[in-house]
Amino acid sequence: MSIEIQDVHKSFGNLEVVKGVTMTVEKGEVVSVIGGSGSGKSTLLMCINGLEPINSGRILVDGTDVHARGTDLNKLRRKIGIVFQQWNAFPHLTVLENVMLAPRKVLGKSKAEAEAIAVQKLSHVGLGEKLKVYPSKLSGGQQQRMAIARALAMSPDYMLFDEVTSALDPQLVGEVLDTMRLLSSEGMTMIVVTHEIAFAREVSDRVAFFHKGRIHEIGPPAQVIGAPQQPETVAFLKSVL
Amino acid sequence: MFETSFSLNDLWFMLKGAGVTLTVTFWAVLGGSLLGVAFGLMRAVSPWWVNAPIGFVLDIFRSVPLLIQLVLANAFKSIIGLKWDPFTVGCVVLAVYTAAYCTEIVRAGVLAVPATTRRAARSLGLSWTQDLTSIVFPIALRVALPSWIGLTLGVMKDTAMVWWIGIVELLRSSQVIVTRIHEPLFVLSIAGLIYFLMSFPIARLGARLEKRWREND
Repeated sequence: MSIEIQDVHKSFGNLEVVKGVTMTVEKGEVVSVIGGSGSGKSTLLMCINGLEPINSGRILVDGTDVHARGTDLNKLRRKIGIVFQQWNAFPHLTVLENVMLAPRKVLGKSKAEAEAIAVQKLSHVGLGEKLKVYPSKLSGGQQQRMAIARALAMSPDYMLFDEVTSALDPQLVGEVLDTMRLLSSEGMTMIVVTHEIAFAREVSDRVAFFHKGRIHEIGPPAQVIGAPQQPETVAFLKSVL
Repeated sequence: MFETSFSLNDLWFMLKGAGVTLTVTFWAVLGGSLLGVAFGLMRAVSPWWVNAPIGFVLDIFRSVPLLIQLVLANAFKSIIGLKWDPFTVGCVVLAVYTAAYCTEIVRAGVLAVPATTRRAARSLGLSWTQDLTSIVFPIALRVALPSWIGLTLGVMKDTAMVWWIGIVELLRSSQVIVTRIHEPLFVLSIAGLIYFLMSFPIARLGARLEKRWREND
């Protein structure tokens, strides 16, 4: 049980943004990905659940080749939850309906089952009081927690977080990070692309530093953040801390 | 002798005309909206080489005056030997005309749904079709509704032109009465009032839906 990324290259037109990335994330692990803007870290996340095609290399999720022709991506995505920088609430559905949608449509759950799951997940992220509200009435932090609950409702084996606090007002960042802390303490396998270095240091088993489409340094947070070996890592950490 | 003042019979005659106006409007809007949704969706998701020809053909129907389309279509159906009555011709021409406008309304609505929202839906495992029916259509509907209501009201008034191919709808029936009693201002005021009474509920319904949705969004 793992996500294996093997020498993945990804270009947009002539611009190569991921230039040969190899790493493995084992079940139960929390791996944070840090690095400057445009270093390819968000793109890599999109490639993991097949939202973006890759140019070469392979990504295996529990042994399934994500980008192989015969792979049923809709099925594969059930076990990979992803939360984006923009929370992307479905504006025409209530908070409860937002979370119920995928279990009903994709997993074929009954209304009652889906509702039970949704209520449980929403309570888990602290939104048990907001079930009947429309997303527009929520703060950014609440909407982002709803997005997390929406992904969790599919009972994924892996959770990918793409700079989920970057678009939030500073005072709302904490509540979202708390929710992610909770997940990591429950043993959820997570790949967290983030600019929150302190958070990465605290919750991660390993930290990967991306620079210009490559992993420059990967290892335990105490090493990559505490005692970085590469000059690029040192320079990056200096700029964000 | 001729009756020279406005009678209840005249009002009844106009109301029957209004019934024809409503019926033509109904078929034109129904057919035009179905076609419009199909073409609009096609235009929103297709590559340019599918998109451009559809756009070009629909532009013709948007650019040529409706009256000319009606008369030409009516003549053309006789030439190719179609046994359509004028009512059918009127409905079909108006439906195509409506579809041409509706296509752009639908296309704009679909394109207004953020790509990131659709991506989030797909990331949850929803298929392309499920994304379309559960996410894109409901959001696009909210965007497109005001324009669609406007189109419907416009088409209802444009139905007056089917008079030219021999259909007695509200305006034609009014004209018949005007010819007889020579009270154009009075008769046209009644016709105007009837048009208003037919349009008003549709406009109100649109406004109510809009308000309800705005409270949520």
